[in-house]
Amino acid sequence: MKKNVFALALAMAMVFGLASCSKSGDSSSGSGSGSENALRLGSLGPLTGSAAAYGTATKQGAEVAVQEINALGGLQLVLDYQDDEGDPEKSVNAYNALKGNGMQVLVGATTTGACVAVASETYADRVFQLTPSASSADVTAGHDNVFQVCFSDPNQGITAAEYIAEKKLASKVGMLYNNGDPYSTGVAQAFSARAAELGLNVVTEQTFPDDTNTDFTVQLNAIKASGADLVFMPIYYTPASLVLNQAAGMNFSPVFFGCDGMDGLLEMDGFDKANAEGLMLITPFNAASEDARTAKFVQEYVDAYGTTPNQFAADAYDAVYAVYEACQKAGATPDMSAEELCEKLVAVFTSPDFRFDGLTGQGMTWTANGEVSKAPQVFLVQNGVYVPQ
Amino acid sequence: MSVLNNLINGISLGSVYAIIALGYTMVYGIAKMLNFAHGDIIMVGAYVCFFATQSFGLPPLAGLLLAMVVCTVLGIVIERLAYKPLRQAPSLAVLITAIGVSYLLQNSALLLWKADPKVFPSFFEFSDPVTGQVKTGLTLFDGQVSIPYVALFTIVVCLVIMVALTLFTSKTKMGKAMRACSEDKGAATLMGIDVNFTISMTFAIGSALAAVAGLLLCSSYRSLMPTTGSLPGIKAFTAAVFGGIGSIPGAFLGGILLGIIEIFAKTINTDISDAVVFTVLIVVLLVKPSGLLGKVVHEKV
Repeated sequence: MKKNVFALALAMAMVFGLASCSKSGDSSSGSGSGSENALRLGSLGPLTGSAAAYGTATKQGAEVAVQEINALGGLQLVLDYQDDEGDPEKSVNAYNALKGNGMQVLVGATTTGACVAVASETYADRVFQLTPSASSADVTAGHDNVFQVCFSDPNQGITAAEYIAEKKLASKVGMLYNNGDPYSTGVAQAFSARAAELGLNVVTEQTFPDDTNTDFTVQLNAIKASGADLVFMPIYYTPASLVLNQAAGMNFSPVFFGCDGMDGLLEMDGFDKANAEGLMLITPFNAASEDARTAKFVQEYVDAYGTTPNQFAADAYDAVYAVYEACQKAGATPDMSAEELCEKLVAVFTSPDFRFDGLTGQGMTWTANGEVSKAPQVFLVQNGVYVPQ
Repeated sequence: MSVLNNLINGISLGSVYAIIALGYTMVYGIAKMLNFAHGDIIMVGAYVCFFATQSFGLPPLAGLLLAMVVCTVLGIVIERLAYKPLRQAPSLAVLITAIGVSYLLQNSALLLWKADPKVFPSFFEFSDPVTGQVKTGLTLFDGQVSIPYVALFTIVVCLVIMVALTLFTSKTKMGKAMRACSEDKGAATLMGIDVNFTISMTFAIGSALAAVAGLLLCSSYRSLMPTTGSLPGIKAFTAAVFGGIGSIPGAFLGGILLGIIEIFAKTINTDISDAVVFTVLIVVLLVKPSGLLGKVVHEKV
């Protein structure tokens, strides 16, 4: 009897697991797509674990794009999304699963660590890879088949330093970043180097490790003591919300300056937007934008998933569309092999006349080393909404 | 001033560890098992409280009571389904099961409540009667030192729970039964104590404490996601071992000391603060293997 109860509990857990699988399977296959003559896109990201919010966003953003494209009736797409838990080792397993399922083009991975691991695999296998959100320079370095939709980390750091220097936003700059995270460290290092060249006065660099990021009082006290009037924080929105809350609690209110990882902050359930008043951030996407295409995407996303999309979702949406447009330009068809598609798509992406208009930038072009070039946009949070600067 | 500030931050972090450690030490002391799912019960309690107050508009106290009820039921169910069938099994099997339960709870929460972090409401804000300003803490020495109300409250709650648990285990009949079970289950059964019921009660109390800890943890560090409970759970376990596992005042002392050490280690170098914390633990255990306030049990041969 005792064993039966346990077995029952286990069986229930499995049924729950299966139910969630079949649900995601249904939605990812999109509408009206015959899998026989549809192009199979693979994608990866953390759907479980501590970074699950990012994978969920890229999955859902990509799903919206696939549905829109399939509704057009031309080239049909099938999206196969695998959970990699944001872990390099698991991402390679997930990549192999995608390959086994017949993936032709990879739109992933979501996080940098996983993406670096997968990029060496796609490079060896000659699979075209476009990552929506893995922004490290290591992702594209030495891999001619890997491209990014998001800004690279060094680019963001350099842009931020130039913007702060140009607008004379601060006399003393403090930095706070996650030194266990390649994204955060990558941006911070580039910022630091460029700030030194521009003569910005960086008075303190505070860090926190990846897994213990709940208490920032020590770092904030140190920054406060250093007299910094601007704090550059290339960190994700979850720790950022804690930093802002704790800074408000200790009556410390410098200008906080963030990067694209901070997008999503204002959409957090229960976040006190007053704490983000005056925050500046560089992000390519603004869900509250009046641009018609963005508004349509946001509406579809909210209808389907009940939450407002963040920059990760928009990056994934753009990634699917960029592959779709490149396929049309290259005359790619679903019966081509992954190797053939890779050669054709690389040629299109690196050709100077391929310009892509997406939600995260107009007239995007790609350099031969895989980095995107698009105009950065700085926003200021005023009365709880982004105001373009 | 910064030393004083850091000390206050350390005590407030430590008081959260202490309140979680009380639950750990209570269950260990009586059932002699490490309930690694304790941190995840904290997370469940925090979510219940979050939805009760944010989605259903209940007052914080009602949210807390609801969370305590849900966690108590959850604790009893977990004990019945996962731990009771293994009462005669080697302790390693129970340990692994507890880790399994921890992952089951985490992933169920992910399925139910999704991965997006929630910002926990601040229940400890009061508007100043004179200026009308909303204040989250006491400020001393012209604003140079600030003590969050939530930290004061956590310490008070922690002390109250510690005293209540000590009185409960030493004075009441149920408490005596619990101590009897912890010393010798077989002898306790012969004395007419219902061991299974006693252990279920232990889990019920431990889980209700977890709900309180969840509210206080998330009020101090206001983010809530399915993994919220796991790392504080491990730190609190460390605190319980540090103070002497099974000892109720030990859990309190261990928690507070761990918090203070962690914050001061961070002021030296943020990268190695955890390494310092665990080094201190190793040194304490080398010098005093049963922890700071742990009882030395002499085995009779």
